[in-house]
Amino acid sequence: MPAVKSLDELKRLKEDAIAKRNAKTTAGTVQVTVAMGTCGIAAGARETMRAILDTIETEGLSGVVIKQTGCIGLCELEPIIQVEVGGAPKVTYGKVSVDQAKLIMKEHVVGGHVVTELVIPAK
Amino acid sequence: MKYYRTHVLVCVDPECLGKGAHDIEDALQDELVAQGLIDEVQVLETSRIGGCSHGPEMMVYPDGVHYVGMTVDDIPFLVEEHFLKGRIAKKFLLPRVEVKDEELSAPTSKEVRVVLRNCGKVDPENIEDYIAEDGYQALGKVLGSMTSDQVIEEVLASGLRGRGGAGFPAGKKWQFCRASKGTPKFVICNADEGDPGAFMNRRVLEGDPHAVIEGMIIAAYAIGSSRGYIYCRAEYPLAVRTLNIAIKQARALGLLGEDILGSGFSFDLEVRIGAGAFVCGEETALMGSIEGKRGEPRPRPPFPAVSGLWAKPSNVNNVETYANVPQIILNGAKWYASMGTEKSKGTKTFALAGDVNHTGLIEVPLGINMREVVYDIAQGIKDGKKLKAVQIGGPMGGCLPEEYLDRPIDYESLAAAGTIMGSGGLVVMDEDTCMVDIARFFMEFIQDESCGKCTPCRVGTRRMLEILQRICKGEGKNGDIETLEMLCKQIRATSLCGLGQGAPNPVESTLKHFRKEYEAHIFEKRCPAKVCKGLIRYDITDTCTGCTVCLRNCPVGAITGDRRKLHVIDTDTCIRCGICMQVCNFNAIEIN
Repeated sequence: MPAVKSLDELKRLKEDAIAKRNAKTTAGTVQVTVAMGTCGIAAGARETMRAILDTIETEGLSGVVIKQTGCIGLCELEPIIQVEVGGAPKVTYGKVSVDQAKLIMKEHVVGGHVVTELVIPAK
Repeated sequence: MKYYRTHVLVCVDPECLGKGAHDIEDALQDELVAQGLIDEVQVLETSRIGGCSHGPEMMVYPDGVHYVGMTVDDIPFLVEEHFLKGRIAKKFLLPRVEVKDEELSAPTSKEVRVVLRNCGKVDPENIEDYIAEDGYQALGKVLGSMTSDQVIEEVLASGLRGRGGAGFPAGKKWQFCRASKGTPKFVICNADEGDPGAFMNRRVLEGDPHAVIEGMIIAAYAIGSSRGYIYCRAEYPLAVRTLNIAIKQARALGLLGEDILGSGFSFDLEVRIGAGAFVCGEETALMGSIEGKRGEPRPRPPFPAVSGLWAKPSNVNNVETYANVPQIILNGAKWYASMGTEKSKGTKTFALAGDVNHTGLIEVPLGINMREVVYDIAQGIKDGKKLKAVQIGGPMGGCLPEEYLDRPIDYESLAAAGTIMGSGGLVVMDEDTCMVDIARFFMEFIQDESCGKCTPCRVGTRRMLEILQRICKGEGKNGDIETLEMLCKQIRATSLCGLGQGAPNPVESTLKHFRKEYEAHIFEKRCPAKVCKGLIRYDITDTCTGCTVCLRNCPVGAITGDRRKLHVIDTDTCIRCGICMQVCNFNAIEIN
């Protein structure tokens, strides 16, 4: 690390240090979990994941944590993503295409409205 | 800004580098490219994940997974399993050992953490962690926008008093030192924490060393000093290590050394290690020790602010005092002065010990009463017993009985009650404690640690100890109490330093509040708390079933009796070890 020569530089160093630390925090207000079993990947979960990451990047979202999980036993409904906002119960979406993933990000993650037509119905 | 869903932090400490951390990093990059994940997973370098003994190591976030011991060949598997499929590769997991912090737990609602705010929160060996918590921002503010006088004004207005125990206003000390003629001036940190059972300062040095360093730099700027020392006791090797690492990192960033933050102000410091003498916590003895001389106090005046280290103006404060300073500068004197009482502002750390349910470090606003500390924070006395006394202020402090529980903890109230604030030792004693025995214990410590320079302290404390030992053995005689009182007065009046002047405190305070116990020992040959071995005897009551357990366990063969018959203890042979009482299943042993 180079020497700090002014108060402004010190403030920048502080922002860097905070950013570095935030990268380490596991806590986020929203958690999006993408099922990444072989079935999921075969059905296009990688593309769905990419779409979610792109949305976060282009919209500049913060506080969103992306996690992966394996096959949840509903292979015919892959790609599956689960969205958890705050303390609300987990919502599971099935057959999520790239466009639908973007829609879910916009409506549910940002807007807070569950996209009911894409939710896997309880049997 | 580029968004990565996963961050991999690879440890690049020397030890991990030696185990191939760079190769692991390269392999990770290559594999992430190969599997098309390079835009989603970011690889960063870091230090100190877990101590490197299992290296190479990496941390994966947001999952918070700690991997150790992988080789380059394992990387493709790891990347596919975890980063592509999201499955944790169990074979590289470090078995997680949950370590409970016995010293410092989460604050209760009555506590306010100022000095301890970063302990356990920041990595003490990583200056960036401290900077992320507003570290060195106070220094920036001071150097960028305040004059020395303004800094002193601010500290004066905050009401911060010396946390080493005597409670002299820190701002005033700085003012005197600033006004003194002579260069160079020295800034000294007293980290010679020696009170038995007290570890408030150690915890700050080990957990948040930069707070102390920052406080010292600010003090140096205020008094016009360019050189500082931290005098740390040798019994704190980890604190010395952490301090040295912290100083090195602060130097590398230019926060210590020439022209700090481009302000033209220069200051540097180093750690000096004590050699185990308790008296070196006294400021003049401490400075003698830094100079390489025998650690003995010298008369004051001249005070250190006028003629201190190498006869130059010096400012000595302790760890806690300095650690408060950056917070005062950042949040303002008003904020600090809003806590505490009229004359005792801010917070104080205490090391809670003794017969309470919750022991360890606490930090409370001054003015809180002892009852809140004992019953709310320390969760009351163990085993539902009654409180007998609270010993506050270290070995030269005093014991306060229950009637004092509702008085506030501040410098003046404690002095009025016959004890001192001290550096923060706080021992709670239950009804089974003998106060004469406690006085004897502390006098033993003081007598042992007297440096010997002043005859009243050297010889007087020895005589006091002998009398106390006699009383505890049951050989006390009429006039002992009066002799103790006379010695107390004389030692206090004729000793140079705080050790001798405070030496009578444990005896005086117990005589004041528990005189009856002394009298019971001397005149009735009885120890009311049943502690002093010379004054108690063990007897077997008729609930004895004759099971022979005590007989078989007695180390000196003092117990006799036939199977299924009442057993008897021979008092002359008995050494009062209490083993029979511990092993008896029928509560048939009693102390008389």
